[in-house]
Amino acid sequence: MTDVTETPAPTRLRRILDSDLFYAFRTSPVALISALVTMFLILSAVFAPLIATTNPFDPASLNLMNGFTPPMEPNAFTGENFLLGTDDQGRDVFSTILYGMRISLFVGVTAVVFAMVLGIVLGLLAGYFGGWTDTIIMRAADVQLTFPSILVAMLIFGIAKGITPIEYRDQMAIWVLILAIGLSDWVQFARVVRGATMVEKGKDYVAAAHLIGRPSFAIMIRHILPNVLSPVLVIATISLALAIIAEATLSFLGIGAPPTQPSLGTLIRIGQQFLFSGEWWILFFPACTLLALALSVNLLGDWLRDALNPRLK
Amino acid sequence: MLSFMLRRVGQSILVLLVVGLVAFSMFRFVGDPIDNMLGQERTLEDIERLEQQLGLDRPFPVQYLRFLEGAIQGNFGVSYRQGREVSEILLERAPATLELAAVSAVLAILLGIALGVYTAIRRDGFVANFIMSTSLIGVSLPTFLIGILLIYLFSVELNWLPSFGRGEVVDLGGWTTGLLTASGLKSLILPSITLGLYQMTLIMRLVRSEMLEVLRQDYIRFARARGLADRTIHFRHALKNTLVPVVTIIGLQLGAIIAFAIITETVFQWPGMGLLFINAIQFVDIPVMAAYLMLISVMFVAINLIVDILYAFIDPRLRVAGK
Amino acid sequence: MTDAILSIRNVTVEIPTRHGLFKPVKNVSYDIVPGEIRGVVGESGAGKSMTGNAIIGLLDDPAHISEGEIWLKGQRIDNLSAEELRRIRGKEISMIFQDPLTSLNPLFTVGEQLVETIQLHLGLSAGDAKTRAIELLDAVSIPNSTERFDQYPHQFSGGMRQRVVIALALCSEPSVIIADEPTTALDVSIQAQVLDLIKQLARDRSIGVILVTHDMGVIAETTEQVTVMYAGEVVENGTTDQVLGAPMHPYTQSLIAAVPRPHKKVHRFPQVSYGGRETVFKIEDLARNWTQSKPSKEGKMLEVKGLTKRFVEKASLIPSRTTYFTAVDNVSFDIKDGEVFGIVGESGSGKSTVARMIATLYEVDGGEVVFDGSDVVTMDAKDRAAYRKQIQMIFQDPFSSLNPRMKVGEIVAEPLIHHKILGRGQAVTRVAELLDKVGLARGAEDKYPHEFSGGQRQRISIARAIATQPRFLICDEPTSALDVSIQAQILNILKDLQEHLGLTMLFISHDLPVVRQMCDRVGVMKMGQMLEVSDSETLFSAAKHPYTAELLQLMPQLAQLDG
Repeated sequence: MTDVTETPAPTRLRRILDSDLFYAFRTSPVALISALVTMFLILSAVFAPLIATTNPFDPASLNLMNGFTPPMEPNAFTGENFLLGTDDQGRDVFSTILYGMRISLFVGVTAVVFAMVLGIVLGLLAGYFGGWTDTIIMRAADVQLTFPSILVAMLIFGIAKGITPIEYRDQMAIWVLILAIGLSDWVQFARVVRGATMVEKGKDYVAAAHLIGRPSFAIMIRHILPNVLSPVLVIATISLALAIIAEATLSFLGIGAPPTQPSLGTLIRIGQQFLFSGEWWILFFPACTLLALALSVNLLGDWLRDALNPRLK
Repeated sequence: MLSFMLRRVGQSILVLLVVGLVAFSMFRFVGDPIDNMLGQERTLEDIERLEQQLGLDRPFPVQYLRFLEGAIQGNFGVSYRQGREVSEILLERAPATLELAAVSAVLAILLGIALGVYTAIRRDGFVANFIMSTSLIGVSLPTFLIGILLIYLFSVELNWLPSFGRGEVVDLGGWTTGLLTASGLKSLILPSITLGLYQMTLIMRLVRSEMLEVLRQDYIRFARARGLADRTIHFRHALKNTLVPVVTIIGLQLGAIIAFAIITETVFQWPGMGLLFINAIQFVDIPVMAAYLMLISVMFVAINLIVDILYAFIDPRLRVAGK
Repeated sequence: MTDAILSIRNVTVEIPTRHGLFKPVKNVSYDIVPGEIRGVVGESGAGKSMTGNAIIGLLDDPAHISEGEIWLKGQRIDNLSAEELRRIRGKEISMIFQDPLTSLNPLFTVGEQLVETIQLHLGLSAGDAKTRAIELLDAVSIPNSTERFDQYPHQFSGGMRQRVVIALALCSEPSVIIADEPTTALDVSIQAQVLDLIKQLARDRSIGVILVTHDMGVIAETTEQVTVMYAGEVVENGTTDQVLGAPMHPYTQSLIAAVPRPHKKVHRFPQVSYGGRETVFKIEDLARNWTQSKPSKEGKMLEVKGLTKRFVEKASLIPSRTTYFTAVDNVSFDIKDGEVFGIVGESGSGKSTVARMIATLYEVDGGEVVFDGSDVVTMDAKDRAAYRKQIQMIFQDPFSSLNPRMKVGEIVAEPLIHHKILGRGQAVTRVAELLDKVGLARGAEDKYPHEFSGGQRQRISIARAIATQPRFLICDEPTSALDVSIQAQILNILKDLQEHLGLTMLFISHDLPVVRQMCDRVGVMKMGQMLEVSDSETLFSAAKHPYTAELLQLMPQLAQLDG
């Protein structure tokens, strides 16, 4: 309470370690475990080429004789051992999962970043300028929101597929997926950023910046943007889980990642064919990985939302 | 109030026009319709004749108007893949999807609201926490995995329920229903659970967070200070206020159910519109895609309108002008 | 003390937190007598509302009563079960909250909410309950009670809603009402009516009232007994006359000293020296390097002529169908060099809108703002930038006027760097000096705003405002969000700015005593119009306009304060 005592300002790291958010993180087992699992999965996807026993998409390393090897059992013909078994082509399931997760995460993260940037820019513009800018952007958002995002993604995928020449379709598939998922998801970000921007815009520190004579652009970037980022962080985390699931769903339906570049969804699609004939592992392990990934990211997002919501405190 | 409704209807029409434009642009610019309709063997006269027949030589707005005119009459042309009238195929498939969606929606809404209210009131209870944790798994499990899991368990391992198709259906003057036969009902169980589960978890989580928000409001504190019983506070004061935002969300969720039916139908080989749509995307069958898009847009817009009317019923601030 | 109906004995409330056990209420005792109003007064965070919540059993988890007893009519109630306590709530003890806009459920009619409560406590039939509900609406002076019974809360004005809240509190003839800042959200004229109503009900129905407030004026006008709280503890208990007129405890003494008097102007406010809150600021040191500007043309720094602002009330695509609300209607006044000009009025009078138009934060819809001879409204961008360099503003809410994501040093340096007055290196030294002169400890520039209290933040705002050495300062209710002791401190700094640096000021406030202390001349606004402008001493002794006279008459007299 006293003004006369001098307390040194803490360093940035000290601030983070002392913050209520970090304290909440440190003391929440759910947050700790889900963060660990997420980190573990992301790292193993990034370093897949180092961890995987084989490169499953290098035809030279494949031996059809190794097909349908159950997990932890030597193959009947070649005697080779596979941790999680092999699929019909003799590809090591463990390696395909690592590479599949790479694709899933790449698509998910890129799509969310794309949606986030688009949403933040449009949301800031709509919230800050209001009037016609706001009306046009938010009407477009409303129209899109009438349609579930998975449907929008399917539609964009379908149209893009129709436009791309057949010979490029497989190569472009990943980028088309990113575009489809990203475009279907920007509305969430835009709505939240717009709402938060309108609240912040009414606050006096923005008036003070106006009074100094700062131009609109500087006020948006320097003053408003940093103050609307915490809800964006929450949505980005939850969106990542949704994007991973959406990617898997599209790939499972056969309108996503092609078999030459399989994601977890494609692997599950392949595995489903063999589930009823007893080769359960081809589906089971990719499915578990997908669930683990989506669940840990979701748990993290859920925790973050509660931790950042001051009213729940 | 009336002007509010008129404005909403106007907006709905605008949405439909925009969707129509998207659908029409697909027709016109995605792939070459002439290529798609005529095979490899074609003459210049064939192309010209078809161009005229389709009106492709007219200016763009005229073509759009003609497309809209056709769309209103239910005329979307011929499927590239099946060679049949699109409207005919869609009508044949619609009952399967609508029955599945309706059953799932009832399941998701009733259970979702009940569980949401329960977990909000018993915020720190053991059961409520258990439900909340499980629900996160529900949100993280993609619909198609739930479907595969159920099939594996109940069809392959236990052999209790069929794993695909609608079972026996009864034809009621053009509307085929699976609700009247034992095998039809049995076939409906797994798909409707698959489709409803994810939406139920979403609705439950939304109801819970809205209700918790309402329970923090001053008027709830004041109701408590007046000595009202918890039951009255929860089910009379809080629930009604919770429903205002929840109704909107449920409207959107109903739309999502129709969209997610696509996935469920694929997993269960359910002969509905969704399966048709997926096949259409795979084979770039534009007329089917466009028609499907228009049809479900009409459904979504109708749902949203109904939600708006309900909204006004619940919230007097929309009905009676304030001071 | 035997006739006490409610008696609070040595109550302590505990909240376990991450940083240890926090006790917002420590060992608090007081009694409530039927028909008598006890004021509980203190600054924010003193634990006065928390005590009220503890009595009625509405503490939020994990707060709980750890020690002490509460007795109601000879029955101990603090150890009752939740269900037994609920039966007492509303029946024996009722509560009135601060904000009438959020206290009523928006989806039920006023009648439904009344009947529900009446039936619960009195078990009447639906018809009888309705009759009683209408009687209650009559009792709290709501006109057309039968009609209004079927209306929803949003159809009532703020003051009328607070009457409905009071009617709800009266449903079961309670013996005690706890009113938690019941008039803070209301305008002075409405405030007086609601307080009169509470007084009359307490007397007529022999209800004991606990009136929690931070406002000495409310205490002086309404209560018979006062409990003064500081940092969770009761520092003084006594009759209102005794506590206000001859306070015993040093905290009460300093608190009362800091209350602005309506009847005489003081040079500086006495600083509250209790609890180590003393702050040293050295505005006069800044005067040495302060470039005094040349006198304005004709000695008038600012001249406002026919200023008008309309807001769109209901937008329509057809321009003629768009309806407007005129917030400021043809307002004219002028401000002389070195003068403090006050604008006083109730909420919605348009006084802040005037300030924001002068500050170029709002577009002007009509009229002129002439600053040192040139019209600001028609200026080009370059002149406007030069104008903005000469004016600055201090805002009402210290929590929203500083960007929470910027360090204090960056906040104060922003105008210096933007106007290219100083380079980044020199700005650092200048900022440190400014912060030191407004009384902030060294190292403040590296902290974030949330690490400071409301009064400290307001001083940071002042440092930012004077960084560019402006000639003209706009103060928009600079102290209404602050406790009275902090208010005194901020007002003293503002007086120093005027005296030592020769700043000219526009001072916006709804608080008449504060305006009298601060301003040389005053304008009175109501519903967008300037009713009268006059010398502040003249205005307070002989108001010309009847509305001004009414406002002055409603102003708490605080006669007890100086004996």
